[in-house]
Formats: sequence, structure tokens, C-alpha cells
Amino acid sequence: MAKVPKPEELSKIDYKPSKKRWMDTPVEFKEGMFCHGTRAKYLETVGFPNPREWSSKDEDWKLPENWKEIVLEAIKERLGKYRSFRLFMDICVRCGACADKCQFFLGTGDPRNMPVLRAELMRSVYRRYFTAPGKIMGRLAGGRELTYDVLKEWWYYFYQCSECRRCSVFCPYGIDQAEITMIGREILNLLGLNTDWIAGPVANCYAKGNHLGLEPHTIKSNIEFMLDDIETITGIRIEPTFNRKGAEILFVTPSGDLFGDPGTYTCMGYLMLFHELGLDYTWSTYASEGGNFGFFTSMEMAKRLNAKIYAEAKRLGVKWILGGECGHMWRVINQYMDTWNGPADFLEVPVSPITGSRFDNARATRMVHVAEFTADLIKQGKLKLDPTRNDHLKVTFHDSCNTARGMGIFEEPRYIIKNVCNHFYEMPEDTIREKTFCCGSGAGLNAGENMELRMRGGFPRANAVNYVHQRYGVNMLANICAIDRAALPTLMDYWVPGVKVTGVHELVANALVMKGEKERTQDLRLEPLPGKEGAENV
Amino acid sequence: MPTMEFQGKQYEVDEDGYLVNLDDWNKELAGHIAKLEGVDMSDAHWEVVNFLRDYYQKYQIAPMIKILVKEIGKAMGPEKGNTKYLYELYPGGPAKQACKIAGLPKPTGCV
Repeated sequence: MAKVPKPEELSKIDYKPSKKRWMDTPVEFKEGMFCHGTRAKYLETVGFPNPREWSSKDEDWKLPENWKEIVLEAIKERLGKYRSFRLFMDICVRCGACADKCQFFLGTGDPRNMPVLRAELMRSVYRRYFTAPGKIMGRLAGGRELTYDVLKEWWYYFYQCSECRRCSVFCPYGIDQAEITMIGREILNLLGLNTDWIAGPVANCYAKGNHLGLEPHTIKSNIEFMLDDIETITGIRIEPTFNRKGAEILFVTPSGDLFGDPGTYTCMGYLMLFHELGLDYTWSTYASEGGNFGFFTSMEMAKRLNAKIYAEAKRLGVKWILGGECGHMWRVINQYMDTWNGPADFLEVPVSPITGSRFDNARATRMVHVAEFTADLIKQGKLKLDPTRNDHLKVTFHDSCNTARGMGIFEEPRYIIKNVCNHFYEMPEDTIREKTFCCGSGAGLNAGENMELRMRGGFPRANAVNYVHQRYGVNMLANICAIDRAALPTLMDYWVPGVKVTGVHELVANALVMKGEKERTQDLRLEPLPGKEGAENV
Repeated sequence: MPTMEFQGKQYEVDEDGYLVNLDDWNKELAGHIAKLEGVDMSDAHWEVVNFLRDYYQKYQIAPMIKILVKEIGKAMGPEKGNTKYLYELYPGGPAKQACKIAGLPKPTGCV
């Protein structure tokens, strides 16, 4: 695995572009900036084309002979299918407003990571083969032949975009670069050109129900382990149910919450909150994944993976669905699920059984984000909270790209945090809410072998965290996304040591005063609460 | 697919050097991988490796780190039941490095 340069080295970013024109500047595959190619078995599991053993470092990617035909046909099909795609190919005036808004350009200085140029990688091929001037004048009209090198360039750069859509906020035409990346990846997948890190979770999710490949007994055992810790901390034994027919609510969260720290603490937070409310809900070991790596592969794959959420809700006969803290999961749910796998007319418009609030915003999908659910509980005074238990934390909030730009969840998590913590500080305004910077690892980029890319792409986010860390002593970075919880700890250790990462419901559960609990001396991480440092562990 | 040679035999590994076939694993091979990783295997190291393999047989995935921590605490004494101790044993990370030596697939991490 490529060694990641030290932060001092990495932060010396060269923004001077090559003197040659971009089409004449060859692409150099740099170790640490790209992922392994997918193994055959993952493609076979989902019936995807061209399964074979290959390496993204090899010259020969073992493509089907007619790969060029496949690509051009795929572009043509999508131009017909998606009006947005044709529009985005045609209307860019190359004003450059997006250029310095992308964290991957800011972190690498590589002009091909300017959104305008990333799109141009495909646009140039579009012009050459699908527009009259391009067909006649070729390069003079901005057209470019589709060659093997162009295809490799696509693979390299469409997997250096996290589909975060920050650039689209600044584009005067509203061009959504994520859609271009998504179509680029979809076309690459027709040739068997995915990354191992994305294709693996897709295959796992398809075969076992979740990205990690957790089997039902593993899910149960992991949750039981968390319940033991909760009992140690609170003295309360919680008994959640799994796959229970007739429950009022189905709860679906990303499988990362069931496996890796600090996601597991967020998961403990859900368990404690729902227990305290006496919520009539169930976990599912079938619809055991909220996230959707299919979304980083192709629309069709995303739809196939997403289908199990409604299928399980129907099978169990629940009234509505509650979803955990995740980013891209919510982009899929909020913007695609209803048309792909709906209408969910077998469910009811979600009503909180605790407060009676009706979530009309979810009347189409019948699925509510847990941050909305909890903010409502607090607003209606249904929770007893002791924010002093979080007094050792100085918290800032990272808006996840997808919940921010994909569904406009800005206030709810902040409202919750301010009610469960006494010390909250915002990062600078150009780095939060709809202008939030990506963690640098979204859209399936959170692998190990592309660590340099992740540290570079996450640099602008880390820089903003560093600002509040220096200025206010912020030591905890809260978020509502499982990829953030997996990716940000590494990013913080690298750029801003001393800042830890948490889901919002971990903070909630720390502050939550539960009926019948013993005097708490430890937080969810089994570390002493403020003022209880000397207390004996149980 | 890349291979690794040991005692005249070729073993299939992935691009990061993890064994592809769980059944290829044996103690000698584990010792060899450990050497490549710069890890000097002690009883404590084997304790981790053996637990990982047992757990994997039962659950088809490596354990959550906190399960591993608790298990090692039980087996080796409570003062050793912490992540710090595991990192002392396996500086490359108990998940990544210990799994590699135990012949388990590379941990998918959290996605």
C-alpha cells in the first residue's frame, strides 16, 4: 500500500497547471490516489458484465473487444433517457465558478479535478460523436477521440469525485457534476470497471442484506454486545426485537453502525432512546442496510439494493419506517426511492407515536430521518436531558453532503446538539450547511489504498475543523453520516489530532436521563463522565 | 491474481497481500506472513490470531474491535483488554494486520 506523505508535505499543493493544453497533458496514475479494480466474484454475484481478474495498475484492463461501441451506445442511450444529462453536456459556458469549489481540486491542485474539467472529460467525447460541429471539426470544436487512455482517464477521475454536489451550488446554470460522475461510473461498469471497495459492499448487500456482509446471527450478536455495554453504563437491560411482524415502525440504519466505532456508539444511542420512549419498533436482519453502494455503481444497481427496504416494511406490516444517521442513504431515499420502488401506499404517513407530530415532509416515502424524529421529541419536551454529561466536549457539526444538499437537513441536528451539549461552535459559514465540504471519502472513496486522495480531498473540511479547534478548543466533530463516522477519524488524526468524531445520537444518549437508570459515571465509550473521573467502574 | 510463495508453494493473495482462500492458512504460513509484516509472534499474538479465526468460522466476518478487546481482556487479563495493547501487538492495526496474519480477508471497514 502506498505510504501517505506527511501533512507538512501534503499541504504544499501546487496549483500551477501544466503549460500544455489539458488534452495534451497525459494522465499519470499516482499510487495512493486510486483504488484496486474489482474482483470478478463481486461482479458475478450481481450479474454485471465482464467479470475477470484485473488490476488497475496493469496496462491491459482486459476489456471486451467492442468496448468503444459499448461506451458510445451507452452515452447515446443516456442522452435520450436523461434530459438533464444532455443539458449538462450542452450548457456549460466554462465560466469557472465551480473550479475552486471542489475539495478534490483544492486538495490536489490537479486541473482535472476542477468540476468543469471533470465534466469536460466526458463532454469532449460527447462533442466528437454526438454534435455536428464536433463530428466535422473534431478538436477545433472541443471534440476528442474516445481512446483507451481516455477511458482510463475517466476511471481515474470519476473515482476522484465524491458526488458531493458542492460545485452545483455555485454553478450559475445549476449543472450537477454528480450526475455526470454517476453516468460516467455507470458506463464504466458496463465494461466491468468498478473499484473493489464499491463492488464488494454491493455484492455483500445483494447477497446478505448489508454492505459489510453481516449475517443475521452476527447482527444480533453485535447488538447484544452493545446491550451489555449499555447495561454496564446505565444498569438497564434493553431487549430490542428483530424481524418482528406487527411492529409499528421498522428501523433501518447503515450497517457501519452495527460494526465499527464510533458508529457503534451512535447505534447504542438509538437503542437507548427507543427503549426510553417505549417505541414499538423492530430491527430487520434482511433490510439491514440503509446505505446504498449501488448508487455509486449504477441507477439499476441502486434500485435493486434499495428494493428490500419497502419489501421488508410490507412483509412485517409496519406503519412507517424510521431511518438512522446516514448521508447517501438519504439522498437515495429522499430523491429516488419513491419513484424506483414505490408507491409505498401500504404504509401510512408517519406520525410520531410519542408526540403525535405528523411528518408530512415524508408523505411520499413514508420514511423519517431519526434527526427529525428526535428534534421533534425535544421540541415537544418529551425527553429528560442532562447536557452537563457532555460538558467535557466542545462540539462542532459537519453537515454531510447528502443530507445537506440532498434534503436540506440543517436545523434538526443543530437543534438536537444544542439541547444535549452546552458547548457548540459552528465552523466558518462557507464550509457548512449547503456549502459544506465533503469528508473526502464519500461515494465509495473510503478505501485504504487511496488514502492520499482521501487526505487531500478532506483537507478543506479538516482545515475548517482546525479553525474551530484552534479558536474554541473544539474536540468533537459531530455528524449524521456513517461514512463520516468511518472516514473522519482518520482524517482528524491526520490533519487535526485531538479531535474525535461522533454521531449525534451518541451525544443524545449520553445526555438522556433514563427511567430507572443508576447514577452514570461513564459515557457510551466507557470513559469517565466529567466530574466522575475517580468513580469506580462497575 | 497475485500470488505469494512460501516453501515452494504458491498461494493466491489479493492486491494487499491477504490470502484469498481461508483454507490455505496454516501456522507456518501465518508465521511467514507475520515476518513479512515485521511482527514477531508471541503467545499473545497467537491468542489474537486464534480468536480471529474462531470468530470468523462462526460469523463469516472479523469481529468488531471491541469484541476482540473484551475477549483478549478475558484471556490475557483485564489490564490487556484495551485497544492500546492490541496496537502494541499489531502496530499495523489489530483489524488490518492481525487479520492478514490470521488468513482472513481484508476487513471491509465501515461503509
